[in-house]
Amino acid sequence: MAVQNENLLDINGLKMHFPVKSNGLLRRTVGAVKAVDGLSFSVKRGETLGLVGESGCGKSTTGRAILQLHRPTAGTVNFDGKELTKLNGESLRQMRRKVQIIFQDPYASLNPRMTVGDIVGEPIRVHNLRTGKEVRTRVEELLRVVGLNPYFINRYPHEFSGGQRQRIGIARALAVEPDFIVCDEPVSALDVSIQAQIINLLQDLQGQFGLTYLFIAHNLSVVKHISDRVAVMYLGKMVELAPSKQLYANPMHPYTQALLSAVPIPDPEVEKQRQRIILQGDVPSPLNPPSGCHFHTRCPIVIDKCKAEDPPFQDYGGGHFVACWRATESQAQMEKKLQ
Amino acid sequence: MAEAPLLEVKNLQVQFKTADGVVNAVNNVSFSVNRGETLGIVGESGSGKSVTSLSIMRLIPSPPGKIAGGQILFDGDNLVDFSESEMRKIRGNRISMIFQDPMTSLNPVLRIGKQMTESLQLHMGMTAKQARNRAIDLLSMVGIPAPDKRLDDFPHQFSGGMRQRVMIAMGLACNPELLIADEPTTALDVTIQAQILELLNRLKNETGTAIIFITHDLGVVAGMTDRVIVMYAGRVVEQASTNELFRNPRMPYTIGLLDSIPRLDGIQTRLTPIPGLPPDLLEKTNRCPFAPRCDFVQEQCWIETPSLRQVAPDHTAACLFDIDRDQRQVMAEKKIAEEQAVLDAALEDVLAHEQAS
Ligand SMILES: Nc1ncnc2c1ncn2[C@@H]1O[C@H](COP(=O)(O)OP(=O)(O)O)[C@@H](O)[C@H]1O
Ligand SMILES: Nc1ncnc2c1ncn2[C@@H]1O[C@H](COP(=O)(O)OP(=O)(O)O)[C@@H](O)[C@H]1O
Ligand code: SF4
Ligand code: SF4
Ligand SMILES: [Mg+2]
Ligand SMILES: [Mg+2]
Repeated sequence: MAVQNENLLDINGLKMHFPVKSNGLLRRTVGAVKAVDGLSFSVKRGETLGLVGESGCGKSTTGRAILQLHRPTAGTVNFDGKELTKLNGESLRQMRRKVQIIFQDPYASLNPRMTVGDIVGEPIRVHNLRTGKEVRTRVEELLRVVGLNPYFINRYPHEFSGGQRQRIGIARALAVEPDFIVCDEPVSALDVSIQAQIINLLQDLQGQFGLTYLFIAHNLSVVKHISDRVAVMYLGKMVELAPSKQLYANPMHPYTQALLSAVPIPDPEVEKQRQRIILQGDVPSPLNPPSGCHFHTRCPIVIDKCKAEDPPFQDYGGGHFVACWRATESQAQMEKKLQ
Repeated sequence: MAEAPLLEVKNLQVQFKTADGVVNAVNNVSFSVNRGETLGIVGESGSGKSVTSLSIMRLIPSPPGKIAGGQILFDGDNLVDFSESEMRKIRGNRISMIFQDPMTSLNPVLRIGKQMTESLQLHMGMTAKQARNRAIDLLSMVGIPAPDKRLDDFPHQFSGGMRQRVMIAMGLACNPELLIADEPTTALDVTIQAQILELLNRLKNETGTAIIFITHDLGVVAGMTDRVIVMYAGRVVEQASTNELFRNPRMPYTIGLLDSIPRLDGIQTRLTPIPGLPPDLLEKTNRCPFAPRCDFVQEQCWIETPSLRQVAPDHTAACLFDIDRDQRQVMAEKKIAEEQAVLDAALEDVLAHEQAS
């Protein structure tokens, strides 16, 4: 199934703030980690939306807040016509069938005391999708679909390699026939030769089952490869969102430009020619983000306005969203800086 | 005549005794590093990169590990024969090492200044005052703001990137002839990685230190190194100048790695993975270690372990046959078509089943 024109997921003003408590007896709330601080975007049916940014910028929290694994502090999450933030109890459980998650660390997310058959079979039983012997048949099918030999159905997670465990995690997610899967760094812990196996598998499954993905990763090369559109996050905010090719060919946010220029390319001749934008300093704490544009403390082309006012996340044409006061002139200004 | 290499590792053999048997972590590994050169070591996890570098430092935990054979010639001396006290004069002084996780080599309860000045006083015979001044210079050289104040901080008060800078400063404190960097940027975000790589490149040019740069990231290798060795299952399977290796990879494993990674500036629609998994290092075999995953495997590969042989000027590869990247592409396409057919059949099963129920 190709990308459809209809939005499967519509997110508006999504915020996820984690309260910070004092250490004293009263444990008063003394502040908040603004892990996700006002995101608005949509995902089309059949699409892969990539989400990139450095560690701590709020990627995983975004994925979890969409799935209601964290209940958002503010904002709406509309999935296939239903408002997920309003769901509770049984209706939430029903919805969970349609949205699944695959984690970075297949070790941590698989119960070590359950066999593969039980791990993949459990969601099938819980949601009453099959009964009796049919469960096992279905598990065997799923294992075959993700490229595992059904013969291993009675083995435990530790008897598998990292890549095979990730396949088990994928089979478990597929077991409930979801429409949407949050893939949270699904290949980051794997060696490169195994990464390619899993990336290809995810692409195949998407084609076969018409899945929609939110693909979270910090590896920009991988994200560009697999995604139709890519969103860049910095310190709890989305700073740029565009079709993959567009984002890489014409990045308009200074942070995206720096991020792209920092990615090493496996070609010595290309590497020799490259000019890197080296950002100074570290990412500030989300407990106390900078005023105005969150990136202003590290931005090479900051102006006074940036420190005072938060730039809007705005469409500059063709669905190329950018949050920067200098979006249209940023490339030229950055070039000047590099000279 | 060419200058003798700074470091020459010859037929290195490292084993670990474990409950399951003897792990042959490093098998007959040979390579050299010239003065001022940066040698990259690439390979997937478990391929023996860290064990090789720890052997050079003579830091293999023993038991369970031991250097079971071979020589490590550093400036003409065989480090394998050195006593612990002789090694202490080398470590941190003539050869130093930085690790992926700086916290493993920093003492969490000692101020950074104390940790830096101790080794300066020990190896360089400096007074406390001289050592402190040198430490301040070193911290500012690696780009740490307000170094005189930061000397009094504890390691946890630094960010990940800043800690790696401190490690680099400590690594370079005694002007080593060889710096071993074992995945120094693997744990860092890409913009911080770019800062650290730029720093290492600048320091390399300023000091002329030879570097062994260990990484699993082929992009980092491409930008940082002069020459590369590729390791697989505890062996060196290919060796060439960095340009040559990327332009003309000749070992099917190296070719497979390059085909596995998406390129930021590329337009691949589909990656060509390497099937299967790396081998178990417990068994001692006489086959090609890559045979179970190789697209080009032939009968001979199951009964003979290929040794490195010259395939082009200053380019060696451990493969019995003459294979290049174009041949693999043709081969891989055939294989993908076969696998796709199997997958399609499985999916048809599923769909048929779904319709039936
Ligand atoms: N459950 C939580 N409680 C408090 N803070 C959290 C929690 N989960 C995440 N955070 C904080 O929120 C920020 C974003 O985290 P995360 O979404 O995991 O980032 P990413 O996935 O981009 O690395 C970080 O500062 C993190 O420490
Ligand atoms: N202390 C140890 N005990 C047993 N085996 C070890 C030990 N250290 C390393 N090994 C084994 O040696 C092999 C090579 O490891 P290593 O050099 O760390 O790989 P790399 O650095 O390439 O990821 C691995 O198979 C690992 O399991
Ligand atoms: S708004 Fe200002 S500080 Fe923020 S990215 Fe744009 S130019 Fe830089
Ligand atoms: S020797 Fe045989 S199995 Fe080994 S890499 Fe060469 S062709 Fe492949
Ligand atoms: Mg995360
Ligand atoms: Mg290692």
